[in-house]
Amino acid sequence: MNGFPWLTLIVFLPWAGAALLALLPKLDVRAGRVLALVFSLSTLVVGLALLPSFKHAAAGYAFTEDHAWIAALQVNYHLGLDGLSLVLVLLTGLVAPGALLASWRETRDPRFFHILFLLLQGSALGVFLALNFFLWFIFWELSLVPAFFLIKLWGGAGASRAAYQFIIYTMAGSACMLLGFAAIFAVTGTLDLARLATLAADGTLAAKLAVLGGFWPKAVFLGVFLGLAVKVPLFPFHTWLPAAYAEAPVGVSMFLTGVMSKMGVYGFFRILWPLFPGPLQAASGVLLWLALGGVVLGAFAALRQTDLKRMVAYSSINHVSYCLLALFAVTAATGGVGADGGAAAALSGAVLQMFNHGISAAALFFCIGVLESRSGGRRGRDEFGGVRSAAPVFAGLCGLAMFSSLGLPGLNGFIGEFLIFRGVFALAPWAAAAGCLGLLVTAIFLLTFYQRVFHGPRAGAAAVEFRDLSGRELAVLVPATALMLLLGVLPQILIGLYNPLISFWTAHLP
Amino acid sequence: MSLLPWTIYLSFGGAVLALGAGARSAAAARWIALLTAAAGWGLVLVAAVGFAPAAGLQTVADGAWIPSLGVRYHLAADGISLTLLTLTGLAATAGVLFSWNVEERTGEFFAFYLTLIGGVYGVFLSADALLFFVFYEIAIVPKYFLIANWGSTNREYGAMKLVLYSFAGSALVLAGLLWAYVAAGSHSFDLPDLAAAAMHFSGSEQVKMFALVFLGFAVLAGLFPFHTWAPTGHVAAPTAASMLLAGVVMKLGAYGCLRVALPLFPAGLAFWQPVIAWLAVAGIVYGGLVALVQDDFKFVIGYSSVSHMGFVLLGLAAANARALSGAVLQMFSHGVIAGLLFAVVGRMVYDRMHTRRLDELHARPLYRLLPFAAGTFVFAGLASMGMPGFSGFPAELTILIGVWQTSPAWAAVAALGVLVAAAFTVRVMQLAFFGRGGEGTAPPSSTSLPPITLAEKLGAVLLLGATVVIGLKPDLLLNWITPALQSPFFEAVLKGGGQ
Amino acid sequence: MTADYSGLAGAVLPEAALTLGALIVLGVDLVFLRRQSLAIRLRFAVAAAALAVVAAIALTLKGGAPGEVFGGVLIFDSLAMAVRLGVLTLVLLVLGISLGAPRPRRPAEYVAIMLFAAVGFNLMAAAQQLLLAFLALELASLSLYVLAGFDKSRPESVEAALKYFLFGGVSAAFLLFGFSLIYGLTGSINLPQIAASLAQQGLTPLLAVALVMVLVAFGFKAAAAPFHLWAPDAYQGAPAPSAALIASASKLAGLALFVRLLWPGFHAVAGNIAVVSGGGWLPVVAILAGASLLLGNIGALAQTNVRRLLAYSAIAHAGALLLGVIAFGVAGPAPLFYYAMTYGVATAGAFGVIAVLERAGGCDKITDLAGLHRRSPFLAACLAVFILSLAGIPPLAGFFGKLAVFAAALQLGAGGPAGWLTFAAIFLSAVALYYYLVILKQAWVAPPAEKTGPVAIPLVTAFTFLAAAAIIVLAGLWPSFLLDFF
Repeated sequence: MNGFPWLTLIVFLPWAGAALLALLPKLDVRAGRVLALVFSLSTLVVGLALLPSFKHAAAGYAFTEDHAWIAALQVNYHLGLDGLSLVLVLLTGLVAPGALLASWRETRDPRFFHILFLLLQGSALGVFLALNFFLWFIFWELSLVPAFFLIKLWGGAGASRAAYQFIIYTMAGSACMLLGFAAIFAVTGTLDLARLATLAADGTLAAKLAVLGGFWPKAVFLGVFLGLAVKVPLFPFHTWLPAAYAEAPVGVSMFLTGVMSKMGVYGFFRILWPLFPGPLQAASGVLLWLALGGVVLGAFAALRQTDLKRMVAYSSINHVSYCLLALFAVTAATGGVGADGGAAAALSGAVLQMFNHGISAAALFFCIGVLESRSGGRRGRDEFGGVRSAAPVFAGLCGLAMFSSLGLPGLNGFIGEFLIFRGVFALAPWAAAAGCLGLLVTAIFLLTFYQRVFHGPRAGAAAVEFRDLSGRELAVLVPATALMLLLGVLPQILIGLYNPLISFWTAHLP
Repeated sequence: MSLLPWTIYLSFGGAVLALGAGARSAAAARWIALLTAAAGWGLVLVAAVGFAPAAGLQTVADGAWIPSLGVRYHLAADGISLTLLTLTGLAATAGVLFSWNVEERTGEFFAFYLTLIGGVYGVFLSADALLFFVFYEIAIVPKYFLIANWGSTNREYGAMKLVLYSFAGSALVLAGLLWAYVAAGSHSFDLPDLAAAAMHFSGSEQVKMFALVFLGFAVLAGLFPFHTWAPTGHVAAPTAASMLLAGVVMKLGAYGCLRVALPLFPAGLAFWQPVIAWLAVAGIVYGGLVALVQDDFKFVIGYSSVSHMGFVLLGLAAANARALSGAVLQMFSHGVIAGLLFAVVGRMVYDRMHTRRLDELHARPLYRLLPFAAGTFVFAGLASMGMPGFSGFPAELTILIGVWQTSPAWAAVAALGVLVAAAFTVRVMQLAFFGRGGEGTAPPSSTSLPPITLAEKLGAVLLLGATVVIGLKPDLLLNWITPALQSPFFEAVLKGGGQ
Repeated sequence: MTADYSGLAGAVLPEAALTLGALIVLGVDLVFLRRQSLAIRLRFAVAAAALAVVAAIALTLKGGAPGEVFGGVLIFDSLAMAVRLGVLTLVLLVLGISLGAPRPRRPAEYVAIMLFAAVGFNLMAAAQQLLLAFLALELASLSLYVLAGFDKSRPESVEAALKYFLFGGVSAAFLLFGFSLIYGLTGSINLPQIAASLAQQGLTPLLAVALVMVLVAFGFKAAAAPFHLWAPDAYQGAPAPSAALIASASKLAGLALFVRLLWPGFHAVAGNIAVVSGGGWLPVVAILAGASLLLGNIGALAQTNVRRLLAYSAIAHAGALLLGVIAFGVAGPAPLFYYAMTYGVATAGAFGVIAVLERAGGCDKITDLAGLHRRSPFLAACLAVFILSLAGIPPLAGFFGKLAVFAAALQLGAGGPAGWLTFAAIFLSAVALYYYLVILKQAWVAPPAEKTGPVAIPLVTAFTFLAAAAIIVLAGLWPSFLLDFF
């Protein structure tokens, strides 16, 4: 149980790095960058180190840490790692160093930037590993603060407003969530997510909440739902996202889309679904529509963007909504959704999509960052042309990322989306049909982007000079695209990590 | 524990010494004040270390005083008192550190300051209702002089308004207490005796007495709509006074409600509970909304205090064990946080920039010019927003849980207050510290501001440390508070109040 | 009536000492000091008078409380003893103040008349017979009229004395008429017999008229509304030490006299406080109290002259003191005495500060107090103690006086008129704090006006202020000392 505190190490090593940087104000800028990168990579290192001892067969938590903490509120310092968390930890371990490398040339207050970034990384990891609401909420809320400052202080022209909207929106959701959990504690006396899941599974939680009478049980569900929905974001709670993603500096955008959006989805899987199976099922009809809204409208909105970052931002809404589409399809279906039904496929696809989208969207943002840095800050779709002739390597790698995001078979994005659609089609055919529209439109805008920017005669910013990728930029894109190819061909590397969890979930469906 | 009465005597003695020393040298007065405040705090901490949490008050001093009126000099403490005594010592010491730059009539400043502290210590230690009242009133007059002499905006008006409201509130309390004393017929002002006798009061009597006493105390705690003295007065006050006033003195009112009004008149609470709860909720939301539209930095903080005290009053109104313990924790937490916020606004920013208008502050990138102040304010602001990791979060969570048990509707509206707090805190933080004006334009002639002094850093670290420690380990205080609430003294109100 | 002259002589030794002292002051000044400067003459007069007062105090303490004397004409019970000691202390304080005030043109006469007034006060406290009561009252009042008008150089002083005399004369006439009616109705001028007779008679219309007349005189003496109109002008015009004496000792003695008349004397026809139409003097006193509280506090709010403000404050305090009179029935003399005594010390002290400032340049408006904390920190501190005691801020004595009176009054029934009066008094004290703080604001916050410099205080006067402040602080920290006197 409480062996070597690997999980604490995962969460707190980035924070330790931040503290170290804070305590060494006179450190040389280059040394500081390297130090930050080292601590950021620690996540990947420890995550990979845990892989061998990860028990593939068990569905429960392979690693846990549980210590008494605040007796008065029955709060324990409880961390746990299972397949889902491991996938997300690995994702964070990959995206974060990439984001740091994207910000390598940051000249404004680089030390402060790195401190904030490491704090952000640690908080995200804490969200993925915490198993007591009190602890989980600490990390959930604390992640907002460095993100806010990163957007505000290093972002573009509209950064202040975007950051403000971002934090207020998310805090509104958090306030609702806080209320919901206050109610949960009031009726059950515990905030431990594992215990609450047990209570929910045998109906105790629902019964205790029902005592409140009136619409309060639904209100509790709604509160927790809103807190998570804002973060994903689920349509229509997404309006903060495009500005925030677009105004943030490249590295931060990468992390936001790669990791932070997954925090919300993770919350749906870890908290909302286990604790509120009944209300979730009852609401799934509406929620399916919302997820579809995100899929379709996200794609259409992306189509209309000329600002490339906004395009990818809306595309993120679209891609992440697939995960929720899968989940809601599973919860909406009643009866007969066992192993041969689509549930296993949908859920497996959702988790895979989380990872894949993280990698591909981060890579796409990185590419746009490259475009931006070459052009002196411009990132309009029509401001480039014929980059392929000037920077063939870049075009190739960016193309791979683009196709991965599009879902081309052979690349990682395809597997996740295929599984999702296969599952959803079996559970809610009309939703799958509508969702295909999203796929189509995604293809359109991504191909349009690629064609306008990379093909054709050299124009705009690429007209005069456009250097190909530097060593640092290659160091980011090559592993990313390699991973895309690898997972496209051998997805079971990842699926095997969480497969038992899927079996567990599908076995316990009503 | 028996050392605790010395916190009072030390403070008064220090006040006299500071007055005398101040005539000679300002520095002497400062050091005397610092040593006195720190010594008082030290005594509390020593008592805290040896404190065995138990239900009920533990007497630390008891002697006859005015036998013909049934008043005893009875001092006692339980976990709740100890929590607030710790807060007082901390806030007092930090306040002295943040007043290190007072140059005019320094001796008098610290004399009034320490007298106020002594009165506050006395209130938290009193177990006799009249003694409680005496100390409560002793604390009133120094407030006037602190604000009127050393304050800023509208100081004479703000001082008078604050003092008259406080005094009017205490007049209500005196009326109610005397009535209860006479009706009890037991010729004793001792709180447990009054509580026992009050059980025999008729329901309608309790309702009226409760109304008088609770309202009187709640005025000082900033209950909406009797809160208007607070923003005006706190803005007018000099930094250390604002820290004390918002941080500690407002808690006197809440403590009075908890220690006197609730246990003595539980039937009264049951009658007035919805009214108080909705007024408290109104204060939470209204205070926050008004803070959102202020142009003056200090007014934002002033109104935020009204909002946070609304949480305390809501917890008191809900009157179950969870809500009451949350209320006490929030008293401590807000005391520390308000101290921090006023310290940054008043001492770190205003004393250097000589303006508190947000539009003027926004014209310069203060986070570059005063990074320590910006950082402190960020942390204080996060704590004020109820960010987990700081003391406000466990306090507000506990209150929400407790209030939910009595009425989910109140809790729901109160949670809205959390959001509003986030909004106004982030807004004021952006406007005050993160102006982008300085870049691109020519640097202003005085780009360098006086650096943050060691005293300020020390004060900030003390307060920040307190809020972080309690935020991560609220048990430290809850272990004192929860047993104190199990005393038979609170039994009637916990039974009759919220479930 | 037995003529026990030796007993009488022994009992009134303090008063004899005072009279002797007055005669010595007058005589020595007339014979020896005519050519000396005013300062020396004043100093001698005050010294001699102080000695006389101290001797009187010693004799009072030694004499103890012999009880009824001279066949019940005088009664030296604990109330009389306390009031005597209180009056003598106050006179001592006023003597100390007069050394710091602008010097009167005839110092010996001034001091001598003060001593005569003191004799009058002492006898008022002990009188148990209507005739003696009237005589003592007149002795004191006439002395005070003269003292009020002593400063012939200022027209306000003369006007004050005239108004005071006119009002006082009319009220004395009322009192005498009332007394004669009572004699006619009861057949005696000794209070015990009167009480017995009234117990048998009950209230008749003629008796009601007599009571009203007595109450009119009482109201005048205590400066209670609506008989208060003389007070603002008298307090404003009289020389400061005279005003101090009027505000302090005169009130104390007057209250003692009338409380003895009303409670031990007329308690049979007290009536029920709740029933105004039922007759009796208790409801009337309650109405007087309420009116004084309201008028005094609200009137004070508008004042710009510091002496007039203190006058209205005196009216307000009279209201609270009347509440103490009402409560005498259930709680005895302790609350009333404590309040009146400490109020007297505080007011005398406040007038003393004004006196010193007048000598230093003038003190009419409240704004003339500006910057006192710089001009004389000692004076400002003492003023703060006096004013805060008047405002009723613990731990000063003023608070405990109010507390004792309010607690006693509430015992008459919290829901009834006594309760309402008490609550009104409590709330109005919040109003009062405003105008007291206005004074302290000038003294402690406002910067000194131009052309004002430090204030010089004679040593004895400073010592007097210190003693007064000490009394207030100590009486506040140990209220039992005075409350348990009875």
